[in-house]
Amino acid sequence: MSRPSELPGATPFGDALPDAAGQSARQGDAASVRGASRSMERVRPGGRPGRRRAGGSGVAAHLDMGADWQRVSHRYVVVLIVGTIVWGLAGAVVGLVLWLGFGLWWAWMLVAADVAAAIAMLVIAPRRAHSIGYQLREDDLLFCHGILFQRYVAVPYGRMQLIDINRGPIGRILHLADLRFVTAAASTGVGIPGLHDDTAAGLRDRLVALAETRRAGL
Amino acid sequence: MGDPGAVPAGVEAADGRWHRLHPATPLLRGGVGILAVLGVIAANLRERITDLAMTMVGVRGVPDDDSGDPVSALVRHGLVGWAILAAFALLFLALGIFYLSWRMHTFRVGDDAVEVRRGILSRHHRNARLDRIQGVNLSKPLFARLFGTAKLEVSVAGQDANVELAYLGVAVATGLRREILRRASGTRRLAAASRPAAAGTDLFTRRLDDFLAPHYDPDAPPPTSAVVIPPLRLFGSIIVSGLSIALVIVIAVVSVAAAHGVYVILVILLPTILAWGGVYVRRFVRAINYSIVGTADGLRIGYGLFSTSNETIPPGRIHALEVVQPLIWRPFDWWQIRIDTAGRLKDKGVAGQHNTTILPVGDPAAIEKVLGIVLPTLADERTVGIVTAGMHETGAAAFARQRETTMPARGEKGPEAGSEAATSAEGTPAVDPSPTPFTVPPRRAAWLRPLSWRRVGYVVAGGAVLVRTGAIWRRLRVVPLARLQSTEVRQGPVRRGLRLVRVRLHTVDGPVRAELPVIGVEEGIRFFRGIAAAQAAAVAADHSDRWAAS
Repeated sequence: MSRPSELPGATPFGDALPDAAGQSARQGDAASVRGASRSMERVRPGGRPGRRRAGGSGVAAHLDMGADWQRVSHRYVVVLIVGTIVWGLAGAVVGLVLWLGFGLWWAWMLVAADVAAAIAMLVIAPRRAHSIGYQLREDDLLFCHGILFQRYVAVPYGRMQLIDINRGPIGRILHLADLRFVTAAASTGVGIPGLHDDTAAGLRDRLVALAETRRAGL
Repeated sequence: MGDPGAVPAGVEAADGRWHRLHPATPLLRGGVGILAVLGVIAANLRERITDLAMTMVGVRGVPDDDSGDPVSALVRHGLVGWAILAAFALLFLALGIFYLSWRMHTFRVGDDAVEVRRGILSRHHRNARLDRIQGVNLSKPLFARLFGTAKLEVSVAGQDANVELAYLGVAVATGLRREILRRASGTRRLAAASRPAAAGTDLFTRRLDDFLAPHYDPDAPPPTSAVVIPPLRLFGSIIVSGLSIALVIVIAVVSVAAAHGVYVILVILLPTILAWGGVYVRRFVRAINYSIVGTADGLRIGYGLFSTSNETIPPGRIHALEVVQPLIWRPFDWWQIRIDTAGRLKDKGVAGQHNTTILPVGDPAAIEKVLGIVLPTLADERTVGIVTAGMHETGAAAFARQRETTMPARGEKGPEAGSEAATSAEGTPAVDPSPTPFTVPPRRAAWLRPLSWRRVGYVVAGGAVLVRTGAIWRRLRVVPLARLQSTEVRQGPVRRGLRLVRVRLHTVDGPVRAELPVIGVEEGIRFFRGIAAAQAAAVAADHSDRWAAS
């Protein structure tokens, strides 16, 4: 795996407000970090490039937070679809048992609602996967999530106490991993699901290294 | 004790060797249990004793043995001697266990950490690093004060992670607190030798002094600043509170029902009323002797008359502050301060509130003083007006000033300059600070916050973010930039339609929730970006984990 040629953080923190010139300079540093992560993506067996460079057609971010969003793997859609189908079936089975087994006449509405919700979730599953993105900025990690209720969280590197990698059953088959970040504030709640295994491991290693260089007190 | 060459008790206890607690500890910790057992025995014997007394006085004849309680069963079978023997054996066993647990309970204060070992069957060993402590609490429950002991609790970040040294002698505990804070501060000063106690003071005089002035620490340097709360205001604030309103309503309901002859409600609600009366008494008792002082080792909060408590919070351990005014206090202009801190004590704090309430009631001068102790950069003459504006400026005034800023006179400052002043992290405004320092949301925010939209606002000043919300319950939240964890921007479909966002500042868990519920999209994104940069600078410049290391 290639390593980033330089770590961001060499620029001073003098200016409080990021003006346009400063921001592009800092994004140049961050871009070197991201460039390394993309080259790691290509090392994956199979050779197929995992992600397009996120440009205007990247993450459907409604707010203007910069355009350099990294997306999660395409195959995360499969995880979402399988999860929706499983829960939809479970709900439908419960409803059917109530309707036919116990004879509650109104339970067919539960079944219908469950099926409708499952179909709706299946339809928007690609958009849901598309809406997750992250940016490695100079001092923090910016994370975006959601279609209707969008949520952006900026977590400075030095504030990360813990980085978890979790793999669900479907994720293990598809070689996908979920990254979860823990800070001292329980309300932060940031996670990047659906990353490819190598990307997740590389991102975690780099974030741990960055967190160590920025480590401050609580 | 009067020997000038003697090593002070606290320094001796902190010499890195294992020490035991005060010998009276088993009685103080287990004493309540013994009293409970005695109470049960007395309850069982009550009938017997009253019958015996009546017989001796001659009121009644010999009672019959049909009462059926265990004591009469024992008497019937002639087992009284064995019962007494068993009682004594249990007593000795209990004393033996207490003695053993006292011997096994030791502590050690080294240069880096406080360690405690305890337990007879299952051993516990707790280790707390001194440079990670969040606060030190010296409390003296009533029962312990009779023996001249105190409890020292070192709070550490985390759930149920505190190191508790209960009970130590008062001199040892005070000296140990000083030593722990000195080592946690990273100073290179040697431990100052304390002045010895005046020669010839006997036990009774020392106890009396301790009772009358429990927070007096003769070795502490003079405090840098103190906030005095008049007792009348403290008691007034306990009376004028939400609990009183509920009590008045309940009493009114009960009286109306009783007037109509419905007495069952009185029976149901009487225990509740009595319990609330107990809450008042507890709050009064805990609010006496309240003091809040800024020392070199941080904020020191003390309260209590019978059972006292004295908590020290070192600098940099307060993660967020909230200055709040309930509607019922608005005529008196009283405010309350609550904080977020990583270490949490188990007991309730001042005036029976949670121990995250550091100032139960204060007038604006007291609030500014406390903010000045916690965040000295906020007490600057440039920034002191911001706190006042944060507390008292009404929505209409804020909105009028914002309009003045955005619709300037000809050829003068424009809107960029005004908002530059608002978001400048150094607190040096580019323009005259008389326009409201708080950046308020646009008019369309009234759809979501019809009453308070003009008061919602933020400003970055003095190394902290101040967020103002609320029209009925006025709140001002202060988050030091060096303690901010992460920032969040949320936008749901309603806010997207109104071109607003919700910005939230994450800090460690606590009662303070620093959130801007509504702000314009451009303003919100500018805030989001500005915070990211200013936070990095503040964290790099922050050295408060070792506050006295030069």
